[in-house]
Amino acid sequence: MTQLPESTDRKLGLVIDLDTCVGCHACVISCKEWNTGGYGAPLADTDAYGDDPSGTFLNRVHTFEVKPADKPAMVTHFPKSCLHCEDAPCVTVCPTGASFKRSEDGIVLVHEDHCIGCGLCAWACPYGAREMDAVEKVMKKCTLCVDRIYNENIPEEDRVPSCVRTCPAGARHFGDLGDAGSDVSKLVAERGGFDLMPEQGTKPVNKYLPPRPKQQSLDEPVNLASLAEPKASGFLGWLDGALERLG
Amino acid sequence: MHPAYSVIFFTVASGAGLGLLAFMGLGALSVGAQPMPFMLTTFGIAFALTIGGLLSSTFHLGHPERAWRAMTQWRSSWLSREGVFAIITLIVGAIFAALWTFMDIGSAILGIITAILSLVTVWATGMIYAQIKAVDLWHRWLTPVCYLLFSVAGGMILFLFLHAAFTDKTEPVWELSSVAMIALLVAWVVKVFWWMGGDKSPTSTPESATGLGSLGKVRLLERPHTGSNYLLGEMGFHIGRKHARKLRLIAVMLGAVLPILLILLAIPAPFDALWLGLAVLAHLAGMLVERWLFFAEARHAVMSYY
Ligand code: SF4
Ligand code: SF4
Repeated sequence: MTQLPESTDRKLGLVIDLDTCVGCHACVISCKEWNTGGYGAPLADTDAYGDDPSGTFLNRVHTFEVKPADKPAMVTHFPKSCLHCEDAPCVTVCPTGASFKRSEDGIVLVHEDHCIGCGLCAWACPYGAREMDAVEKVMKKCTLCVDRIYNENIPEEDRVPSCVRTCPAGARHFGDLGDAGSDVSKLVAERGGFDLMPEQGTKPVNKYLPPRPKQQSLDEPVNLASLAEPKASGFLGWLDGALERLG
Repeated sequence: MHPAYSVIFFTVASGAGLGLLAFMGLGALSVGAQPMPFMLTTFGIAFALTIGGLLSSTFHLGHPERAWRAMTQWRSSWLSREGVFAIITLIVGAIFAALWTFMDIGSAILGIITAILSLVTVWATGMIYAQIKAVDLWHRWLTPVCYLLFSVAGGMILFLFLHAAFTDKTEPVWELSSVAMIALLVAWVVKVFWWMGGDKSPTSTPESATGLGSLGKVRLLERPHTGSNYLLGEMGFHIGRKHARKLRLIAVMLGAVLPILLILLAIPAPFDALWLGLAVLAHLAGMLVERWLFFAEARHAVMSYY
């Protein structure tokens, strides 16, 4: 059913800390590893060792440069996956009912056996969170590791999305963003968490925490190479200068 | 956006086919019996274009064998609505065409219903694109209006051509020809407005996409992947402004100016079917360029991340 639920009991999602993320791509790899063997079709790679490798990933890490007007630029690593939007445009455009948003926890999923691979949902998502698998020809997207978070066959500490469990920097948090008392909601309130592309009206559940601005501003960039130049003094200095003058 | 040939062909062919079907539907109101070859060919072409276009659109599906499922979500999805309307139009249109062609019953009621259904189907095609908020260029109410007007204009010249080819003309067909020229003019004038309205700065920027705009100017430093991916293949296509302008001009020349000149030639002169046949071809060529640009000029919001 591609009509969105009026409301969901919970709003499960991620909070991603752009201040802490070191851009190691561990979450990208652990996501691929878990999901290529988990829910639905595997995540194919094509021409993996050739000239034009391409593959399906549900989570990707971009790196941006932010240049304040009066300070040196800063680098921000930026992980991006499905934001499990409340007003998910990818769901309503789906002609087959393959895409849906669950009313119990708000997770947006694709019923792959019903997907015709028309690609319209990937067009509708402004964030680029959906990728069509080149081999299975069905739409793949982040499932919030729906096959981990409720899975009683794995140890309790593993019942979080694979990316959250893996992140060595602790930059990824998982929880119920519909519950104002949850840890993730408190984190968002404390740190001023924000939405991506609010102008698209998708009401994303996932939130991002801002990086700290650079502490001090350096007026002039220091020329590091000049510091490495040996500076001789005394007799050696005179000799150095004399030889220099000789050409 | 990547201009997929199957989809370009689909929208151009089924647009013209449904436009022609709509005209035949309205034709049942005004004209009585027509020569059998004219009826057979006209309905044949209308159905062939429509069905051919629809079939071609299934070529870009990953799983065409499940296409029937696309009929189920008409409550929320314009693609689903388009599928449902297309099937109903073809069924009602076939009954109408058969009754009129073989039993000489030109049912005005069925004709009007066929015409309305045809145009509603074309409208739904336009809405598939207009509903995509992530593509600024498409997300405007004028988008389905353009689709509708082009379908009407295309159907009109096709009708004019077939009419000339199958009936012995004794006097100039001023009325029909003027209506066709006006339809063409209106469609292309609206299209030019659509182009002008689309030339504005994007809604989503790297600043809004990352939420870091309050800190400064945002620029991509490293892509998330060194190779290509599905997203870049689908949305990474964007034609340069300079080329787009030239192609717009070519589209208008082929799609509007040439057909109108050819129709003017055809009105008094002999060989009218020849001129009108050329007008049909020119218009279709213009439409292919217009539809290619419709995709190639569109920027998707996700490109703010690349
Ligand atoms: S991020 Fe994209 S795929 Fe995920 S729910 Fe939102 S619109 Fe849909
Ligand atoms: S690609 Fe699959 S999930 Fe996406 S809109 Fe088409 S049928 Fe629905």
